[in-house]
Amino acid sequence: MSVPVSARLRIWAAGGGHYAIIALFVLFTSFPFLWMVITTFKETRDLLNTENNPFLFNDPPTLENLQILFQDTLFPQWIWNTLWVGVLVVAITLLLAVPAGYSLARLPGKWAQRLAIGIFLTYLIPPTILFIPFARVVGDLGLQDSLWSLVLVYPSFAVPFCTWLLMGFFKAVPRDLEEAAMIDGLSRFGAFLRVVVPISTAGLMTVVIFAFTLVMQEFIYALTFITASSRLTISVGVPTFLVRGDVYFWGSLMGACAITSLPVAIVYNFFVNRFVSGFTVGAIK
Amino acid sequence: MTATAAVGGVARGGRLAGVLDSEQWLGRAMIAPAIIYIVLLVGFPFVLALIYSVTNVTVGSVDVRFVGLRNFRVIMENPAFWQALRNTIFFTIVSQVIVLVLAKVLAMALMKDFRGKWLVRLLILLPWVAPVSLGAIGWLWIFDSIYSIINWTARAIGLFGPDVWPIWLGQPDLAMAAIITVHVWRLLPLATVIVLAGLSSIPQDIHDAAAVDGAGFWRHLFQITIPLVLPILMVAMLFGIVFTSTDMIVVFVLTRGGPYDSTHVLASQAFFTGIEGGDLAEGAATALFLFPILVAVAIGFLTIARRTEVT
Repeated sequence: MSVPVSARLRIWAAGGGHYAIIALFVLFTSFPFLWMVITTFKETRDLLNTENNPFLFNDPPTLENLQILFQDTLFPQWIWNTLWVGVLVVAITLLLAVPAGYSLARLPGKWAQRLAIGIFLTYLIPPTILFIPFARVVGDLGLQDSLWSLVLVYPSFAVPFCTWLLMGFFKAVPRDLEEAAMIDGLSRFGAFLRVVVPISTAGLMTVVIFAFTLVMQEFIYALTFITASSRLTISVGVPTFLVRGDVYFWGSLMGACAITSLPVAIVYNFFVNRFVSGFTVGAIK
Repeated sequence: MTATAAVGGVARGGRLAGVLDSEQWLGRAMIAPAIIYIVLLVGFPFVLALIYSVTNVTVGSVDVRFVGLRNFRVIMENPAFWQALRNTIFFTIVSQVIVLVLAKVLAMALMKDFRGKWLVRLLILLPWVAPVSLGAIGWLWIFDSIYSIINWTARAIGLFGPDVWPIWLGQPDLAMAAIITVHVWRLLPLATVIVLAGLSSIPQDIHDAAAVDGAGFWRHLFQITIPLVLPILMVAMLFGIVFTSTDMIVVFVLTRGGPYDSTHVLASQAFFTGIEGGDLAEGAATALFLFPILVAVAIGFLTIARRTEVT
């Protein structure tokens, strides 16, 4: 092995540099979550003592913050509200977006392509522009302070997004499969329902996960339509009702953030490749 | 194809079978519900926003009158509006530039295989998946005026002297830097994942050919890699710009527009005038200023993306 020392050093340095770059990025993206978890299990007097090293548990870890969060705040109610809205919105979104995505993926002609671009462009009319007219419409419908207002309005951003994703997934399904099914006597629609939908299960799961995370993320509409604290979703309830006055209960607050963020992130991770492929196929083809 | 399918449907009898089999009618029937919903819940309120912006409507008002461009005039005479517009543009551009550079570096680092890659990917995706409002609260704690972990660490390792203790969210310039940091943190995962997809779609042959021809690292980067991922990069950027320029969560949670109203963006300004203040008309007019910006950005990017695809 006559690799010169300098070359070997360079390879070693490149490998080390590679890990160092990745470590820095990981630190940046995940530190706030690590910090949430550490804070959650700390005694309040430990958190608020500036003499203490904040990275260490100067008092033994405690579950007190979580106990407060679940027993003395509306957090459990907000989780329930979010799940309730999430399930209904996902159902509505699937009912509307699955046929639409398939239609856009298979229909010949220019107008399907134009419609696809049109749906994509609804992104340019974000909730930030729409929440003000909606505030009054929701009031006129008598839906203020009702979770139904969110069920009604949330599909307006979930449907375009999921249609776009599904179009990508359906384009990846070979046409031969449907044609074979139709020769076997299924109608065009039957072929879609019995052949295309079942083999796209993974794609549909991806859409379910993403529609659900969109619902969890939503902030402006819930903040605008709902003022009763017991009807809020997590994403608005935590920052508006747990952060009040000058006394912050950082332990419970961080507990709420960590409990909400981490489980979804882990589920999401299994679907991210599929998400990206659907997303980019839709964008390019 | 369409003709034979239709004939087949008729042969099997019944009008329903005709619809279920006719490619054209089935296509229309399948897409119609989604289109109707989008028109009702995006198109209609958008028109309503346009109408509100030229009336005197408030949250509870019954007597709504046309006032022409008065709302826009009132807004444009308000220095706070210009501050919010400047902030929106500033936050968006600065965070996009940082995100694109960082995403490119990170995506290239992630192209290599190494142990524990799935865990790294999970940790990098976290900010994107977590609800923004909760991530922003995590940052609120990190930027806390008394217990900021950044300040503690910097002092512990001797970076800050004994008199240095920046109040991150209490000074306009630092608060802006904090807001940009949170935007970058939040958008980096999506941009990285998209750039990564673009990078992996480049056939290895092209890289090999370039290496054989003796292209160096920078030449390779700027003449091969970047042009080839450009269309995907444009999509990533379009989304990044839409997300950043229309976001009010970060500002709402971190600073509420403070200190001294120096960090408001159009979205938060619209919320505080339109909903908290009850002046729907002025709020609608403020929010509408986002629309031309978004349209211009979209047209620009779609043109560039299309041109790159053709050549």
